[in-house]
Amino acid sequence: MNWITNYVRPRINSLFSRREVPENLWTKCDECGSMLFHRELSENLNVCTNCDHHMALTPRDRFTALFDNGVFSEVQVPVPVADPLHFRDQKKYPDRMRAAQRNTGEAEAMLVAEGEVGRTRIVAAAQDFSFMGGSMGMFVGNAIIAAAERAVERKLPLVLFSAAGGARMQEGILSLMQMPRATVAIQMLREAGLPYIVVLTHPTTGGVTASYAMLGDVQIAEPNALICFAGPRVIEQTIRETLPEGFQRSEYLLDHGMLDRVTHRKDMKDELVSILRMLTHQPPPVRGDLPAPEDEAAAIVPPKDAAETP
Amino acid sequence: MTNYLDFEKPLAEIEGKAEELRAMARGNAEMNVEEEAKALDKKAADLLKELYNTLTPWRKCQVARHPDRPHCRDYINALFTEYTPLAGDRNFADDHAVMGGIGRFNDRPVVVIGHEKGHDTKTRIERNFGMARPEGYRKAVRLMELADRFGLPVITLVDTPGAYPGKGAEERGQSEAIARSTEKCLQIGVPLVSVIIGEGGSGGAVAFATADRLAMLEHSIYSVISPEGCASILWKDGAKMREAAEALRLTAQDLEKLGVVDHIIKEPLGGAQRDRTAAIAAVGEAVEKLLSKMDGQSGTDLIAARRKKYLDMGSRGLAA
Repeated sequence: MNWITNYVRPRINSLFSRREVPENLWTKCDECGSMLFHRELSENLNVCTNCDHHMALTPRDRFTALFDNGVFSEVQVPVPVADPLHFRDQKKYPDRMRAAQRNTGEAEAMLVAEGEVGRTRIVAAAQDFSFMGGSMGMFVGNAIIAAAERAVERKLPLVLFSAAGGARMQEGILSLMQMPRATVAIQMLREAGLPYIVVLTHPTTGGVTASYAMLGDVQIAEPNALICFAGPRVIEQTIRETLPEGFQRSEYLLDHGMLDRVTHRKDMKDELVSILRMLTHQPPPVRGDLPAPEDEAAAIVPPKDAAETP
Repeated sequence: MTNYLDFEKPLAEIEGKAEELRAMARGNAEMNVEEEAKALDKKAADLLKELYNTLTPWRKCQVARHPDRPHCRDYINALFTEYTPLAGDRNFADDHAVMGGIGRFNDRPVVVIGHEKGHDTKTRIERNFGMARPEGYRKAVRLMELADRFGLPVITLVDTPGAYPGKGAEERGQSEAIARSTEKCLQIGVPLVSVIIGEGGSGGAVAFATADRLAMLEHSIYSVISPEGCASILWKDGAKMREAAEALRLTAQDLEKLGVVDHIIKEPLGGAQRDRTAAIAAVGEAVEKLLSKMDGQSGTDLIAARRKKYLDMGSRGLAA
């Protein structure tokens, strides 16, 4: 022990270790606990490379991966009255909104876009679970209406990616009124003869499930997503018994006849293109016509289980 | 016997005293207590008026859930003749939490659908406390289709804490059933009048209350979540339901300001539970008025107007 080891070395170490290390280089999988390198994870569309657990994907990242060459144009959503009830719990609603906007860099919990997917023009809407739990308030209602109107105007199909804890309590009854409002939007699509496909992602619960997220012409879910009206905790408290394994998860719903398909995120794009082109009487997608995929192997092989899953 | 709510305790004491005095006088012919008892009656009446003119949102929740309030069954028995219940969803079961059928309302044949909570332990269990399962909503869809096919107006009576949160209900597609019922409300080409007679609990209520005209009884509530549930999520303390009830704006009066409710039906003094006959009659009158305004309107016009109503909803908030 001397002056060098006790004083100089720590000083030198502290100088070097202060080197800026980006904090979120590694993400821990909530399911299997593996540490995943951020680049590898985002290249895999936020699906765990170890256990295939589908993690949350922001609407912007999802659209970048979904639309050809990541090109899409945003559809403007009319901004509703801010804080219509002057709601205040432990925090004021406008403060909660500002915090969510700061954390996500998004204006609200839904993003609407138009663009081409496998050379098939569509309107897409995606809900952002990281923005106040994706909760459905006036803005989300307006977004679905704007998406439906755009789809009707340009005669395009609508694909909606749902993810939400339910209604936005801070907008009280007006959030509940988005259930009929969004339903009217879906009816506009129906009457125009346009396909409406819902992709349910983890989690989709409450009033969202009980309206537009269950009214699709085709209902697809990502694997192992929680999809329900009442959450498992509420049910356990009500009936006081433990629930079966996998209860209210995608595969469970598929077994109970509530979904058409459960599809891996990496196969979703091809599957959507295929379904949409059939429903709209377009010729099958020509692989050579598709933009050069980044990962060739993944894009050329057609979805493995497309034919055999029920 | 009257069931008193906690905030009615002072009232219960005064009314109890008056009752006691009269009971004593009945046993003793020489005693004259009428004057004293009348004074107590007056005091009670004043207090009742004061209490019910200044009900806080939480107290309104309590009144809306009062066990003695008239329920769906009472309204149907009193207001409809030839009521013929129609049962079942043709898929799985008949849900007793939802009543429905055809009947004559002021001689006009209609379809009536509503949540029934039950009035004693046995019927409450049988009715599942007014919490419907998917079968209830699917029965409602079936009845609305019947109404549409034969041109019968639909009257819905809403009184539910919410859709039932149970294992089987989820497995059989509670959310899909609610979504389809709301959708059907928006699709039928016949007049649809809905009255919230007690509790309008979240999605379970929307499934019936998406209507051309929505009326609410003066002390009923309509909310996205129960005040208790909201308190436990946002305040992390279920006992903060008073604050939550305040913040949620779930009273008929606030909802009218927000443009969600079209008409408020005045209740007898002290709430519908104190004069059930008068409350039921008031609902009957209001429904007749709202229905007759839509007489002669075509199905397509009704559907278009109903959709527009919901698309436009929420464009204004509460005044600052």
